[in-house]
Formats: sequence, structure tokens, C-alpha cells
Amino acid sequence: MTDITASQAAAMPPSTSSLLAPDARVRRRNAAEARFRSYGLAAIVLALMALVWLLFSIFGAGLPAFRQTVIQFPVTLEAGKLDKDGGRDPAALAKVTTVTYAKVLSASLKAAIADKGIQAEGLTDKQITGMFSQEAPAMLRRAVLADPGLIGQTITFDAYAAGRIDGYYKGRVTLESASRDSNVTPEQLHLADALKEAGMLSTPFNPGFLAMPDASDKRPEAAGLGIAVLGSAYMMVVVLVLSLPIGVAASIYLEEFAPKNRLTDLIEVNIANLAAVPSIVYGILGLAIFINMAGLPQSAPIVGGLVLTLMTLPRIIIPTRAALKAVPPSIRDAALGVGASKMQSVLHHVLPLAAPGILTGMIIGLAQALGETAPLLLIGMVAFVRDFPAAPPAGLFDPASALPVQIYNWTQRGDPGFVERASGAIIVLLAFLLVMNAVAIILRRRFERRW
Amino acid sequence: MKDVLTENAVTSHTTKISARKVQVFYGTNHAIKDVDVEILDKTVTAFIGPSGCGKSTFLRCLNRMNDTIPSCRVEGSITLDGENIYDKRVDPVQLRAKVGMVFQKPNPFPKSIYDNVAYGPKIHGLTRNKAELDGIVEKSLRRAALWNEVKDRLQTPGTGLSGGQQQRLCIARAVATNPEVLLMDEPCSALDPIATAQVEELIDELRANFSVVIVTHSMQQAARVSQRTAFFHLGHLVEYGETGQIFTNPRDPRTESYITGRIG
Repeated sequence: MTDITASQAAAMPPSTSSLLAPDARVRRRNAAEARFRSYGLAAIVLALMALVWLLFSIFGAGLPAFRQTVIQFPVTLEAGKLDKDGGRDPAALAKVTTVTYAKVLSASLKAAIADKGIQAEGLTDKQITGMFSQEAPAMLRRAVLADPGLIGQTITFDAYAAGRIDGYYKGRVTLESASRDSNVTPEQLHLADALKEAGMLSTPFNPGFLAMPDASDKRPEAAGLGIAVLGSAYMMVVVLVLSLPIGVAASIYLEEFAPKNRLTDLIEVNIANLAAVPSIVYGILGLAIFINMAGLPQSAPIVGGLVLTLMTLPRIIIPTRAALKAVPPSIRDAALGVGASKMQSVLHHVLPLAAPGILTGMIIGLAQALGETAPLLLIGMVAFVRDFPAAPPAGLFDPASALPVQIYNWTQRGDPGFVERASGAIIVLLAFLLVMNAVAIILRRRFERRW
Repeated sequence: MKDVLTENAVTSHTTKISARKVQVFYGTNHAIKDVDVEILDKTVTAFIGPSGCGKSTFLRCLNRMNDTIPSCRVEGSITLDGENIYDKRVDPVQLRAKVGMVFQKPNPFPKSIYDNVAYGPKIHGLTRNKAELDGIVEKSLRRAALWNEVKDRLQTPGTGLSGGQQQRLCIARAVATNPEVLLMDEPCSALDPIATAQVEELIDELRANFSVVIVTHSMQQAARVSQRTAFFHLGHLVEYGETGQIFTNPRDPRTESYITGRIG
């Protein structure tokens, strides 16, 4: 030992450089370090800029979806038109179609325009009717069917404005573009401006966007996220209820109890591989097993939940096992040393210590499942659904939509109003994810407080 | 040195644990070879020897902690009060309640001081109500000479104590289940001299109630606390006898080389 150091000392001449002046090697090293730090900083700045740009574009396009232009005017519900025999018989009332209600609305709007002294010459009846959405007569009809006592009265009604009129107040439609548009004329836009001046037209917050079901291609103004939100919520409940116990139990078994042999090695490798399988493959699996073999209904949240559970499980098992592995073995020894059984040491000591990590993995898995679209397309959740699913558990078997599928669906449609709707739905989806992450952070804090 | 040794005379001759022809294998590695040891009741027995000689491995055989290592295999017989602890009918959980263990690094549970000590009695159902449990916790902490330092903060985390206090907390936790034998695997290796002195004093007091087996790297410590000493070398039990005899008049040349610092 002493020989070696002696010979090395002989080979290396004593340093003569000053400590105050860095030598070339140190300068190179410092420059490399500075360079490396600037790469990192540049990467973060780039990522932040991308995020800001993304949020800016989504919020810019999506926020108008939460507001809706409505035309408010008194509607006289003439008994002569809506209930010809005067019996207020529900069956007879239900026979009156939206066409009649559209006529009633149109007549009332015309009367209101004349009443306010607004010039509406040059506008045909059809153009007047075209001021409000095709959904407006349907909404009026639903209100009357729900309360036949309204017939014969004059009520104040908020009619959804037509999509193009709505777009005019959101910057989508201009007088110039209207002159080339077969769906709207500049005269109608002038009338809308006059209505606005008279206080009949406004663009308030629209709860219908969150509560109403999807609507057809022609009426983006009436399309809402109600069923999609409900369907996504049902699926998340299914995923949580199934994947949390199965995932945690599987992780605990593999990490703490399973013998280390070829079979468990094989299982481990396959779990890692399954986490990387494209999600659409799970959709095909779900279609084959749950719908074709088990005969579960299509478009149902239960099937969506099962497919997403299959997809989420490996993504939960991997972080859960990592969290269990991170618990120091001394804790297990300590528990066994005082005579705890294997299960007691896991349940009393290891699991609580691993809980923050498990929760984080769980929430990330759920968030991925919430945003997953491809497997749901294959099991029919892309269908056009107008009827709300029932309350669970029966509602789990009713057709429903899901948030990401609804977004995908809306981006496929022609009317520019749906671009705004799709962006608005993305905002709702992001809000859901934020809430889930907040819950994860709160839960983690609470568990971590137990030292 | 001489005075200390004469003071620590062996006071009991009842055999508590008896090991016969014990062999331990880690896979194909033969770690313990033909070890025969009689561990006496109410006595401190020290295991000394160079690193990797198998003393910790042998200690962990005494409460079957080696069961947790899949590749580990134990042959021969180890009896506690005449009962073979490797019998198929023996539940290691019950055994470990009788043979407590303190580890090299203090490893309190990340729970309160109270919960640390109360955990053992709770899972073994030693108490019927809260008052009894409180009593056991206090008695155990007093035995571990920790009560006066922590009695006002029993609900604070055990991990917030100093290293020496943590190790005494672990001792309190181990004695709370009222074991008959206490195994200590280098309990002072992570402690400073003052904490070490406290723990050594404690070991001497614990001898009144338990049979204590301690693995140590410090020969001074072995000489100070133990009445009997076993010297392990390369998996063999080289020499076993009264501490005074081992340190002053070793029979085996290897023992002599080790305690004089020539091997190890």
C-alpha cells in the first residue's frame, strides 16, 4: 500500500498553479456544468410555454361554450292551437308537435318585435323563426307537457338563439360571413342587434352545457355534457371499486407473499408489458369478452368501467409495488420481531407507510382512465345518447356517453358551434382531472401526517 | 478490567436455549457449521467474532427470523425450554413473542411512542383494557430506562427521539411482550458512547428477568456486559465459556489471536 502511493507521488509533479486562477480543466468543467444547467432550464421554459399556449388556446376557444345567447320574450300559449278540445288530456297534448310550438314561438316573437317598435321589414316568417334554435320549441313543449296549466297564459320564455346568432356574439360569425352563409342573413343579425338594444337578447351563463344531453348536428347550441359527465362518473366509480382492491391485493401478494420463482417472474414481466399495451387493444378485448361473450349491453358504463379497469390495473400495480418496496425492511423486521404475523406486519405497518405512494399511483391510473377514448369507441360508447341513464346500479347498464368520447364526437361534426363545445368539454375534463389531483394531494398529506 | 469480570459472575445454571449440531445454509453457502451452544437463563451471553463469521445469522436462528429469507435453510435442533423451535407445529409468531429481538439500527415504527410499546401486547392480546395496557407501556418504558424522558410526550412520534432513545424504545417494545429471551443484534453499533453506556447498564438490569443474547463487535462491550461469551469464526463456534475465562485465558489459539487483535 505504502509503496503504491510513494510511486504515484513520484510520478506526479507537485501542483504549481495558484488556487486563485482556475486552470483550463476546471474552466472546462465549469463551462460544461453551466451548459448542462441551461439545457435543463431551456427544457422547462419550453414545456411551460407549451402548457401556457395549450391552456390559452383551449380556454380561448372553450370558455364561450359556457355562455349561451338567449332571446327573452313573452309567449302567449294559445289554447286554441295547443289544446284544441280543451280537455288538457296529456295524451292529446303529447300529440301536438314542435312544429306547432315553433309557430307559437314565432308568432309571439313577431308580436314582441312589433311591440318594441323594432323595424323588421324584409324578414320573412322563416327568417324570424330562424332567430331561435330548433331546440327552443322542443324546450317550450317540454315545459308545457310538464305543466299543462300554462296553456292559455302568457309566460316569459328564454328561447335559445340559433347557433349562428349565438356565434355572432361570440365572434364566430360576422356580417360579412353571414352574407355568404345560407343559414343566416345579415338582416337577421341586424334584428339580433336591435333585440339586444331592446334588452331582449343577452348571453348569460348556460348551465345547460353541463346538464343537457347531446344534440343533433344542426343544433350545437343545445348540445350539453350531462350524459357524458354522468357516464364518466359511473365508469370512474366502477374502475375505483374494482381496481383499488384488486390492484392493491395483487401488489401486496406479489411483493410480500409470493415465492420468487419462474412463475412470479413471468407474471411480473407480463404486468410490466400490459401497462404498455395500447389501450385500443383493451377495447377489442372488452368487445369480445364483455359484450360478445358475457352479453353485457353496448354503450353501457359497466362495460366501459370493466374495460378501463383492465387497462388501469397494471398501471396501478406497478406504482403500488414500488411504494411497498420503498418501505424500509427494518420496519418489517421490527414487526416480525415483536411477534406480528406476516399479514399483521403488512396491514399495520407496511401498507400505511406505502399508502401515499399507492394513492398517487391510483389517482394517476384513474386520471388516465378518465381521459381514455379509444377502448370506449370499440364498445359502442360513441353512440348518440339522448336519454339520461338511471341512478346506479341499474343505470350502469343503460347507454351513456363519456367525456373524452363526447369531445371526439363533437370535433367530428360540421357546425363550427361544435368546435367551441368540444373545447368547453376539454375544460370540463381538465377540471375533473384537477379535482382528482387535488383529492390525491389532500389524501396524501393526511396519510403523511402519520409520520 | 479484572474487577468488572469478577463482578459479573454467572448466577444461573439453568439452560434456556440449547442448540445441537446447527447448520445454516444460504442457498449453497454453508454459513453455520456444527454449532453447539447452551444459553443459560438470566444470563447475558455475548457472541463475538469477525464480520461474516455467522454470529448474527445464528442469533436470527434463535427466533426464526431467518424464515423470512427464502434461500435460508436451518438443520440441527434448537430447543427452548426443551421444545424444538423448528418443529413443524411451532408457529414462529408465538415463538417471537417469547424470544424478543432488538436490531442493529434503531427501527421504531413510525407511530407514537405509546403505540410503539403497546403494539406487541395489543397483537398478542396480553391486556384486557386500556388501563392494563397503560400499565404495561409504563413498566416497559421504565425497564428500558426511558420513562422519565418520554412520560410527558407519549403521543409524539417515536422516530422523533434521539438515536440512543430510539434504541431504548426498541428495547422497551421488545420487553413489552414479556419475553423469556431477548436477542440483541449489535444494539449499540449506531450509538454514541453515552447512549452505549446507558444501553449496557440497561442490559445488566434486564438480566434479572430475561436471558439476554447479544451480538457485538466490541470486545470491551462483551467483557463489560456478558457473563458468558461465544467466539465464532468462519461459521464455527470456536470457543464458548465464561467471559472471564475467554478474555483472560482462552483455550483456542484462534480466540487468543482475535481478542489480542491479530485476526478479524
